[in-house]
Amino acid sequence: MDNIASLMHGFSVALTMHHVLLMMLGVLLGILVGVLPGLGAPNGVTLLMPLTFSMDPISAIILLTSMYWGALFGGSTTSILFNIPGEPSSVATTFDGHPMAKQGRATEALTYAFLSAGFGALAGVVLITLLSGWVAKFALRFSSPEFFAVYFLAFASFIGLGGASPFKTVISIMLGFAFTAVGMDTVSGNVRLTYGFDELLRGISFLVAVIGLFGIGELLLTMEEGLRFEGVKARVSPRKVFETLLTLPRYWVTLLRSALIGCWMGITPGGPTAASFMSYGLAKRFARRPEGFGQGREEGVIAPETADHAAGSSAILPMLALGIPGSATAAVMMGGLMIWGLTPGPMLFIEQKDFVWGLIASMYLGNVVAVVLVLATVPLFASILRVPFAIIGPLILVICVSGAYTVDSAAFDLWMVLIFGVLGYVFKKLDYPIAPMVLAMVLGDKAEDAFRQSVIMSGGDLSVFWSNSLVSSIMSLGILLLAWPLLTRIFRLLRPGRSTGTTTA
Amino acid sequence: MLMKKALTAATALVAALGISAAEAAWKPTKPVEFVVSSGPGGGTDQFARTVQSIITKYNLLDQPIVVVNKGGGSGAEGFVYGKTAEGEPHKVIFGTNNEWLLPLVAKLAYKPEDLTPVAVMAVDEFLLWVTGDSPYQDAKSFIEAAKAEPGKIKIGGSQSKDTDHILVKQIERAAGIKVIYVPFKSGGEAATQLAGGHVDANTNNPSENIGQWKAGGVRPLCVFAPERMAKGEPVVDGKGWADIPTCKEAGIPIEHYQMPRTVFLPGGVSQDAVDFYVELLKQVREKPEWQEYITRTSQSNRFFVGEDLHTFIKNNEDEGRAVITAEGWLVK
Repeated sequence: MDNIASLMHGFSVALTMHHVLLMMLGVLLGILVGVLPGLGAPNGVTLLMPLTFSMDPISAIILLTSMYWGALFGGSTTSILFNIPGEPSSVATTFDGHPMAKQGRATEALTYAFLSAGFGALAGVVLITLLSGWVAKFALRFSSPEFFAVYFLAFASFIGLGGASPFKTVISIMLGFAFTAVGMDTVSGNVRLTYGFDELLRGISFLVAVIGLFGIGELLLTMEEGLRFEGVKARVSPRKVFETLLTLPRYWVTLLRSALIGCWMGITPGGPTAASFMSYGLAKRFARRPEGFGQGREEGVIAPETADHAAGSSAILPMLALGIPGSATAAVMMGGLMIWGLTPGPMLFIEQKDFVWGLIASMYLGNVVAVVLVLATVPLFASILRVPFAIIGPLILVICVSGAYTVDSAAFDLWMVLIFGVLGYVFKKLDYPIAPMVLAMVLGDKAEDAFRQSVIMSGGDLSVFWSNSLVSSIMSLGILLLAWPLLTRIFRLLRPGRSTGTTTA
Repeated sequence: MLMKKALTAATALVAALGISAAEAAWKPTKPVEFVVSSGPGGGTDQFARTVQSIITKYNLLDQPIVVVNKGGGSGAEGFVYGKTAEGEPHKVIFGTNNEWLLPLVAKLAYKPEDLTPVAVMAVDEFLLWVTGDSPYQDAKSFIEAAKAEPGKIKIGGSQSKDTDHILVKQIERAAGIKVIYVPFKSGGEAATQLAGGHVDANTNNPSENIGQWKAGGVRPLCVFAPERMAKGEPVVDGKGWADIPTCKEAGIPIEHYQMPRTVFLPGGVSQDAVDFYVELLKQVREKPEWQEYITRTSQSNRFFVGEDLHTFIKNNEDEGRAVITAEGWLVK
């Protein structure tokens, strides 16, 4: 109960008029950079950073983290409205969020996204409040075999998703692995698959690829379908937000499961992107009615958003305790910590109690402030879709292109985004699933590094993946999930009389 | 008629250029871009951002500074970018000795000579670290254990065929041992993996491991420098950086191994531009914030420009090349 006392102390630090105003300012700025083309969270935080040098560290981190929350919410907004994920972790939100928006249910999609994101974030913060000491120690137990097991688990939970033919899924996933292998390889130090293009040295940026695959690809399809954009029918009223809010408790199973997955992936540390994919995959697999996913199911928005934010906020703790940033934005903030004279690392929790608990308290408050503020913006954003496509289409293109440019400020990425746009279009036309490729791109190189590091450590012995209870249980869970569709079929064969007509698996 | 007009215009232009050159040698006329050859948060990033914040705070430059990260391919992206900006003195590239070591081990689109060296502003030390509860109390017992069981001890480091890997190979040669080198993405990861006991040692820089040292997760055995490090605040249990023996006195015959923090300009820039930045960086070094950065990151405050700089680069490249050639990593 030491932690609760520390948290109360933290609240007394964070809950001043000055700090609450900073939070509101930060969240608003964050939504702005999250939604506006050509900014994005890392750049926004970088721009704001010099202003914070004259502040005391607590005020500074409150301002920056609030901006970070705001930007995350902003990223979900563009995912749903335009099919453009603002952050890698909001890719899974597009799967059902954008179809909902196209059917004129943007208000609902946005409201669900924001509420479940808020719920997930709070779950993550509660976890680190209660277990702060344990989480940092637990993360230290993770080495390359454990990391590989976590990525394997994420793949396993996602496999077989979206009823495409298995061969098409395999092709899609293999292409993803090939794309992620481009650039400098960590383990051998060699340059791979660049074909003499210097610009490919840094690899293919995941964000550029998804902006092309989803944003531009979708745009091409809409154009082909005669510029129809169903968002016009959207019912936009603040009352609808409130009505949607009341229906949220209906999805408590999805909310809880996704929050658990998010927290687990946050502390292990598989990261928010893996969490959102895994949560989406499991939501579909364990849904009572699995049909309709990918065409605008509420759970398809709630599951990834909850897990994304739960992972994002619970990952803050290992990041501070171990000094390893989880994202580009977090890296910029950590650079700030050092300039304010604080060294991220295990001692931060002992030497800078005020700072750490002030930050944790501000995560509670900041997220509440953020949810209230973004909910207020829902009618505004949803009504964007009522603008005729002739106007909104070019605007989406501008967002895609400038968004791709800001990832690395490289003109070459503009070509990449177009190429991936065409690829996304072709995939959709030929009915190839995009999601497996995206998952392979985001986790592929990490999984590869982890696998090769493990094998270097063990001297080539594969039993390293069953060398202790932690790694063997994660691996076994992964294999169980992988075999799940097969298992359910066997069960049905064994009990033929019972299952006919009652369930579909 | 037209010819005449063009001629007068040309002479006027030449005259104008001549005058401005006589008045002030060179100074930036538009925003200056700091190109960081590492991702955000890395050592090179902190270095560049510290320089930027000092220049901004003391108004040492009347043009704004923009920092961009180009850390792809272990930093090669930033150097290739520098090459393509030939003759453009408004782009300053921040890096380490990877500027001249990377092209030795990977086929890249630039050669070390494509950039103009401006200065080395600090050198970062390398240490041999073991886990906090490791049985090895000094470098000698560590080496003996490695000798007893060849290919058993695991040493973690950042990247492959890069500074950490080269150092580990040098240790193997100097001490006559054989170890397993495990490449991770960054020094931060190598630190965490060591604290978690997943590898037996690493060769991190002080700033990468100080957090874990304070917490008891890792412990330094020796430093790869000709003499002990500068005395600072005690870090843990009254022991500080100056109490760490040099690896040479501890029994690993490696005289020195250091990583310089380097500043470059693109190729084909005027000597005046180089002089301008040397002068600017000199002013940066005199500010208390620079001293604070050096102390916080436990680096050595050294400054090489001009002839000294060329000698430094030459020596460092020769040493690196020797290991790289011996390991068969050289690309041609």
